[in-house]
Amino acid sequence: MNERPDTRCATCGTDENALYDAVAKVIEQYKEKDGALIMVLHAAQEIFGYLPMELQEFIADGMNIPLSEVCGVVSFYSFFSTQKRGKHTIRMCQGTACYVRGGKKVVDAIKRELDVEVGGTTADGQYTFEIARCIGACGLAPAMMVDNDVYKQVNPAKVPAILSRYEETEAVEGGAEA
Amino acid sequence: MADIKLTINGKECIAPAGSTILQAAELNNIHIPKLCYLEGIHKYGACRICVVDQVSPPAKNLQASCMVEAREGMVIETNNARVQEARKTMYELLLSNHDKKCLTCARNQDCEFQALGRELGVEDSPYEGERNLQPIDVSESITRDPNKCILCRRCVSVCKNIQTTSVLTAENRGFNTIITPGFGLPMGNTSCTFCGQCVVVCPVGALKETSHKDRVLAAINDPNKHVVVQPAPAVRVGIGECFGLPAGNCETGKLAAALRRMGFDDVFDTNWSADLTIMEEGTEFLERFKKVLTGGVATLPMLTSCSPGWIQFIEHNFPNQLDHLSTCKSPHQMFGAVIKSYYAKKIGKRPEDMYVVSIMPCTAKKTECARPELMNDGVRNVDAVLTTRELGDMIKTMGIDFLSLPDEEFDAPLGLSTGAADIFGVTGGVMEAALRTVYEIVTGRELPFPNLHVPEIAGLEQVMEATIKFENVKPEWKAAEGFEAKIAVTSGYAGARKLMQQIKDGKSPYHFIEVMGCPGGCITGGGQPRPKGDINVTRQKRMEAIYGEDERKTLRKSHENPALMAFYKEWGDPGCHASHEYLHTHYVKRGKYNELTDENFVVNK
Repeated sequence: MNERPDTRCATCGTDENALYDAVAKVIEQYKEKDGALIMVLHAAQEIFGYLPMELQEFIADGMNIPLSEVCGVVSFYSFFSTQKRGKHTIRMCQGTACYVRGGKKVVDAIKRELDVEVGGTTADGQYTFEIARCIGACGLAPAMMVDNDVYKQVNPAKVPAILSRYEETEAVEGGAEA
Repeated sequence: MADIKLTINGKECIAPAGSTILQAAELNNIHIPKLCYLEGIHKYGACRICVVDQVSPPAKNLQASCMVEAREGMVIETNNARVQEARKTMYELLLSNHDKKCLTCARNQDCEFQALGRELGVEDSPYEGERNLQPIDVSESITRDPNKCILCRRCVSVCKNIQTTSVLTAENRGFNTIITPGFGLPMGNTSCTFCGQCVVVCPVGALKETSHKDRVLAAINDPNKHVVVQPAPAVRVGIGECFGLPAGNCETGKLAAALRRMGFDDVFDTNWSADLTIMEEGTEFLERFKKVLTGGVATLPMLTSCSPGWIQFIEHNFPNQLDHLSTCKSPHQMFGAVIKSYYAKKIGKRPEDMYVVSIMPCTAKKTECARPELMNDGVRNVDAVLTTRELGDMIKTMGIDFLSLPDEEFDAPLGLSTGAADIFGVTGGVMEAALRTVYEIVTGRELPFPNLHVPEIAGLEQVMEATIKFENVKPEWKAAEGFEAKIAVTSGYAGARKLMQQIKDGKSPYHFIEVMGCPGGCITGGGQPRPKGDINVTRQKRMEAIYGEDERKTLRKSHENPALMAFYKEWGDPGCHASHEYLHTHYVKRGKYNELTDENFVVNK
């Protein structure tokens, strides 16, 4: 295995070595299993928030898989991201049912409200905004997810209220730390 | 294996059990158009051109005949209306995301995709729309144009499964898919060895050698340059195929004649410096060998260093084992160094007035000639490298009728060579050539095998090994009496990786190992004409041709080359100071992700 990159995050100062340690543990658990790459990538993205090239190299070496193959898998699945992500992920469904019931208007509302493009992350690092192609909740259309919470029958007017829940959580956490 | 019976297009067909529908059809002289499938290398079902209608047992969808096994009693239709329409649509969809600049494409009239369109009767491109446009990636060796790529993935297969280098991959999905090293990296900045096996299998112009044709033409037309050309051993068994001859023709005489008519000032031969390499490398091995025999310390096994793809491979993958490599430059680089020093002086030229062109069966040699350490007296050892294919193109461009040329000789003195040099082009050949000389130096007798061939290493297996026992040695080699030298030979990186892992683990039983980067050696290198049909058949035929060339010669041992011995009289002994300055080199620790070096081989930065 390669030496671990000694990098501290330039913006938040997080010691990435601790994160690499956590990924190494996951690799250890899965490295003997066939077809475990996706599990490891999933866990690594949970730990890091995204899958930069250095992390993919680390996983490739640990799993003894060519880097090109890791890259192929990461770039194939839309779930994986190689860009740094926001603290929360908003996934607005644009499957057929959600689309015909006004999902597009909600997308525009979120873009306005947060000043973010689809696939982008807000300047304050709070939200990454993505489009999902059917989240399997067509009966609730138009549906939207924030992290693991599903919101039903969303319309532009509801967006600020939904988002405010996550801002409050943030404030409480910040307060507790202070 | 037992045979099965099936019906294809109403005809009863017999095929060995386990055949695919495509194989069964071909065996029965029924032609199914195909594109991505490549016998022995790539079976993936990517392009869907070879689809057939499986009537019984009924299948809902058309089946890719390269993937589906033929079964007893199957009824197949390869050419009904449904199949014809599907095939044509498939082609038109591939065409919709293809840049159709065929007239200016290096593969014009030599393109499998173009030929297939003609075969399918496609005369229109009905699906014009969005294109997935990508930048062209130029490295010293390979030019990758994703806009010509049809996503067949042959290159990915050969890179991963045959060469185990796994540089190329399919990135992204659907319409956005591109074949790339990933992360937007140019090939010149990856652990690519530039072996060019991907270039050989590419059906279109997406992967090709980075051309040196223009610079060679400019040098020939420059009256102030003295242009010297040298073709590698394997070129003589490849060049005929550029002019429609079947594999296995050795066209040394026509090759020399063609190069002379192209206007090169001297038509010499890399074979001369293959003999030179044997003297230098053999001496180096004997020095290391003697040290170990007399209780000293030297790094063994020694690894040959003629194949620049292999050098890149070890630098990337085994950077801490570089001291096992012979320090000898590859033969054409040695040749360039001699031309621009010893020979330039002889003809009263300055090194900078000399221009050396190598004709190579290899794409990695292009990268090699750009390596900063391969210079002497302020000039590059070699200025340009043409692949065998590029030479074929240039001969045609210059209006030379290759097939009607007379057989001519290379120029003296640096065009003279022995049979030992010829076999440098095939796996096992460098080792055998070295043994012919080393054994004789140690024992004073000829290598004791029929016809000078070491049978265990004359073949195409991935790894071959032999033991050579030194008996009744010369007095000065007393320490070697009774010693059994273990040698190994491998070609392709899959075998090299195994032998290197042994070395890394301290478990290598060998004293001397020959490695060539491409499976089979230079005869099927990345710069050779693309085989028509099964590459294994082509490889076998080229190998036989090269051994034939060796056996036709009177002189078959490098140390018997009179031109070489005359050179050493003036130059000094093998391994002398001048040799070390001009004929030997050093290597660069690169690492898998180039983390150990800042060097790269990107051209369009």
